[in-house]
Amino acid sequence: MKIESSLCDICGTCAGVCPVDAIRIFEFKVEIDNEKCIDCKNCLIICPAEAIKEEK
Amino acid sequence: MTFRKKYDVIVIGAGPAGSVAARFAAEHGASVLILERDREPGIPVRCAEGVSHDGIAPFIDIDEKWIATTIKKAKLVAPNGEELLMENNPTGYVLERRLFDTALCNLAAEFGAELLTKADAFDLFKEAGEIKGVKFTYRGKEEIVLCDVVIAADGVESRVGRWAGIKTDLPLEDMETSVMYQMTDIDVDPDCCEFYFGNEIAPQGYLWVFPKSRTSANIGLGIAGSSALKKKPQFYLDQFVQKHYPAGKINYIVYAGIPTSDTLNQIVADHIMLVGDAARQVNPITGGGIVQGMIAGSIAGKVAADAVKERNFKTKFLKRYRKEWNKRLGKTQKTMYAMKEKYLGIKDKRFNNLVKAMNKIPKDKLSIKTLFTEVVKNDPKLVIEVARSFVVSKFK
Ligand SMILES: Cc1cc2nc3c(=O)[nH]c(=O)nc-3n(C[C@H](O)[C@H](O)[C@H](O)COP(=O)(O)OP(=O)(O)OC[C@H]3O[C@@H](n4cnc5c(N)ncnc54)[C@H](O)[C@@H]3O)c2cc1C
Repeated sequence: MKIESSLCDICGTCAGVCPVDAIRIFEFKVEIDNEKCIDCKNCLIICPAEAIKEEK
Repeated sequence: MTFRKKYDVIVIGAGPAGSVAARFAAEHGASVLILERDREPGIPVRCAEGVSHDGIAPFIDIDEKWIATTIKKAKLVAPNGEELLMENNPTGYVLERRLFDTALCNLAAEFGAELLTKADAFDLFKEAGEIKGVKFTYRGKEEIVLCDVVIAADGVESRVGRWAGIKTDLPLEDMETSVMYQMTDIDVDPDCCEFYFGNEIAPQGYLWVFPKSRTSANIGLGIAGSSALKKKPQFYLDQFVQKHYPAGKINYIVYAGIPTSDTLNQIVADHIMLVGDAARQVNPITGGGIVQGMIAGSIAGKVAADAVKERNFKTKFLKRYRKEWNKRLGKTQKTMYAMKEKYLGIKDKRFNNLVKAMNKIPKDKLSIKTLFTEVVKNDPKLVIEVARSFVVSKFK
């Protein structure tokens, strides 16, 4: 998963539905740790700002 | 801004839950530090800002500085457009949350709590697995401040609890994805909150219009995360705004998530308590969480101070907070959640019927309460519609 930071509103909703704590919100940036990510797509589906995309 | 090396209690997050927790801990004798990531409490506002007078009055003297409008009426709009106006409700307010959150935080400060803004917590400090403090960045430096109790009030993301090994993530069906416009240049009734329902309006959620003046309002909606596979919430909001307020101006846009689950199974561990959105203490049918968070904060703050007095920070002691929460609101939340689960995705037609039935009740008898007594009597299955109409228990 990849976050388009220009679209991200830093609302934290993605982290709230991440089952493996792969999403970090720190110093006004949201980052996905792709090592931890299990590709469940919860974050992509829930993101209200449509800022999360699948990484090709 | 300076801070000490150690406090009795560190609260992470200066929202309503955190500020009230800090105030109650300080009021009962604990030394308290609040860490807030943002520049000041209350920003950005991700909230429709509706509360009941009775909900907030126990915690703070009402001050018109942070009240945008006083609400007397609620209007429900069925999927077919039929309206139900309820005029006999308890008084509610649409707040200026930026100022309200600041006022709550100031109150905590009056009782002796210290606030550190631009302080971003990134981990708990542990020794031999035991929580001993909080790690955060402040002005470009990593800091560690020690404490005996951490109160995690970090909102919807709820990451602090995870650092303590508590499971806080929600499945998609228990998190609403939400978008809200702050709109001006529109014509609204300043003492009426409006709620729109329907599968085409906000699937498994609802849309709200909360007036901030005669010409401005918070207009937003939430839909279950599991309903957002195809269309995102903004699709529905744009559709609504184009139809109802085509000439209105969108001042700003807010994206957010609203937990609509039961309270987390675990909200307490050794040295830590979770409160507010972080503990998922939100009414799962209405999405209201301000008063819920304040109540939870008041309980947790007091228990933290008691723990400090007795030098007992074990789960077993801190569970007093859980027990009291269950008594105050936890049980109600459980019921609400069971209703939400059971009747999720009610058909538009039944909602239309409900509004039709309600409109037969004489106006002076029509209130949230009659919704329950009159309608439930005739059709117990309508409980969920009723409960949803109970959005005004946001004005609980
Ligand atoms: C669109 C929308 C509309 C809503 N409308 C209503 C309504 O009308 N009425 C109602 O009662 N409720 C409403 N709610 C719910 C309500 O906004 C929340 O329940 C309430 O804000 C929860 O308060 P809280 O103190 O738990 O968390 P928050 O108010 O979210 O505060 C959490 C704080 O923690 C800070 N923080 C987070 N992580 C860290 C960290 N690592 N370090 C330092 N600080 C951190 C954040 O910056 C934030 O200030 C709405 C929610 C949404 C999204």
